Amino acid sequence: MIADRIVLTLAATAAIVVAGWAYLRLGDRALAALPRGAHRRLAPWLFAGPAVAMVLLALAFPAVVTVGWSFVGADGGFVGFANYTQTLSDEVTRIALRNTVLWVVLLPSLAVLAGLAIAVLADRVRYGALVKAALFLPIAISAVAAGVIWSFMYDYQPPGAAQTATLNAVVTALGGEPVAWIVDTATNNYALIGATLWTQAGFAMVIFGAALRAVPDELLEAARLDGASEWTAFRHVTLPFLAPTVVVVATTMTVTALKAFDIVYVMTNGNYGTDVLSTVMYRALFTAKDNGLAGAVATILMLTVVPIMVFNVRQFRRESGAA
Amino acid sequence: MTAGAVRVRPARWRRIPLHVVVVGLAVIWAVPLLGLVVSAFRPSWAVLSSGWWESFALPGDYTLENYRRVLDRDGMALSLFNSLAVVVPATVLTVTLGAAAAYALAAMRFRLRGAVLLTVVALIIVPIQITLVPLLRVFNALDLTGSFLGIWLVHVGFGLPFAVYLLHNFFAGIPSELFEAAEMDGASRSQIFFSIVLPVARPALAALAIFDFVWTWNDLLVALIFLGGFRDVAPMTVAVSQLVASRGDGWEILTSAAVLSVLVPMAVFVALQRHFVRGLLAGVSKG
Repeated sequence: MIADRIVLTLAATAAIVVAGWAYLRLGDRALAALPRGAHRRLAPWLFAGPAVAMVLLALAFPAVVTVGWSFVGADGGFVGFANYTQTLSDEVTRIALRNTVLWVVLLPSLAVLAGLAIAVLADRVRYGALVKAALFLPIAISAVAAGVIWSFMYDYQPPGAAQTATLNAVVTALGGEPVAWIVDTATNNYALIGATLWTQAGFAMVIFGAALRAVPDELLEAARLDGASEWTAFRHVTLPFLAPTVVVVATTMTVTALKAFDIVYVMTNGNYGTDVLSTVMYRALFTAKDNGLAGAVATILMLTVVPIMVFNVRQFRRESGAA
Repeated sequence: MTAGAVRVRPARWRRIPLHVVVVGLAVIWAVPLLGLVVSAFRPSWAVLSSGWWESFALPGDYTLENYRRVLDRDGMALSLFNSLAVVVPATVLTVTLGAAAAYALAAMRFRLRGAVLLTVVALIIVPIQITLVPLLRVFNALDLTGSFLGIWLVHVGFGLPFAVYLLHNFFAGIPSELFEAAEMDGASRSQIFFSIVLPVARPALAALAIFDFVWTWNDLLVALIFLGGFRDVAPMTVAVSQLVASRGDGWEILTSAAVLSVLVPMAVFVALQRHFVRGLLAGVSKG
């Protein structure tokens, strides 16, 4: 079976490269035979056509159909907003919405704080490279593996038993009672957000690190010569330069928070009041097998992302218009 | 771990808070990874009775048995190659289609060009959940669920907006005289694409390929839905999540499976981090 997979991987990769090359070369030659006007009009679509078609088929069209499905009942008839009122009046969805708000508030702000702190402070200590590496590595780790890693960190044994998991070992060593981090509703949502932060902070650090290099040294020097403290120089020179980067990191993390699925699926599967919209949607699709309901939850999730989408499109128009 | 703070000379006592914050964050980020790697090499009786940090006191009590078991009995060896079979063709196809489209958008003027670009930018962050209901119905009707072809197409569809966006930004920075000169010499568009654009864009293509590779490798949701949970096609993320569900506290098994699942993306990432970072920055910071 493993040999099959290797052959498939290599054969498919080779086929894609050869087919892509042949398609463009032959297509180009076929277009050259057409009248000049037709050639000019069609050439862009020879190149952009396949990608546009894939995006329409895999993303745009299904998205429209999903919104349509959200108005269809289990019996296949039009039901208006019934799926929405049904899901929004459900306790599970309300908990998921509450948790989503928690994710959207905490993940972006903590990622900005941790990423910015390390990007700024690590350069001031001799072991900075090591510290950056510690934050950098988890970027490559899947949310599934991070879920395993942090479930293990948060593991719980009853009081009196040996605490074999890191966090409760620290808590009991300090004289506290062990906490069931993932089950206890007072801590579990923060525990999941913390695990996600662990995978995402390095990303914020990298972006802030690049933005920091763009802060003109002369300005900082001038501020210091004028007697400004490090903090004042940071606050009045560096921070204004970083403002657009804070927006970029915060919006990216907001989208990550809204789409959160893997960590929750692996660590709690939405139990103990940790559901988010994605896990509710997954269950509506697979456990309840209710397409209308799943469509309604997906549409709600989509609506939460729309403001950032509009923001990104505006930003892009402004920047490409100025260029 | 306070060595950094201790070494500070008295005159620098003001720097102690700085060291505390930096070392504190580094410890929070490094300890979970250390605990994972150490536990993956410990025998199950040891994992059950003592913390991973205590194993440093009993050296010699490490084993490769967990890996043997996970690779063999739990099928992680096959999952490793399933992951490759999902990720490599999907990444190559995304980069190929993305590069062709980005070339058209950056170097040619045509109707709908602006509309296509704005749609691409808008779709980068679309939650894939919005597509799942109809795609799954179509996949079931065409019997594509559980096939590699099906999951390639889904990953390519989801990956393309970012790919086109990133490469378009890069291509738009190539001086247009380069294209025009070649056109004057009678080169066709596909010749320009293959012999000028692609070689010049090699850094951007590498950045995108690495980014896409790690991203697709780490995906759980798409694999869970479109590979349908069949064990013989499950990639590593699905296999690990199934292990979590089936043996909740066999930590020596779960940690060694997790270590195996991060080896490939981690190796790619560390070896080619320069490209990865460039891709990441090009993707988020420039329009």
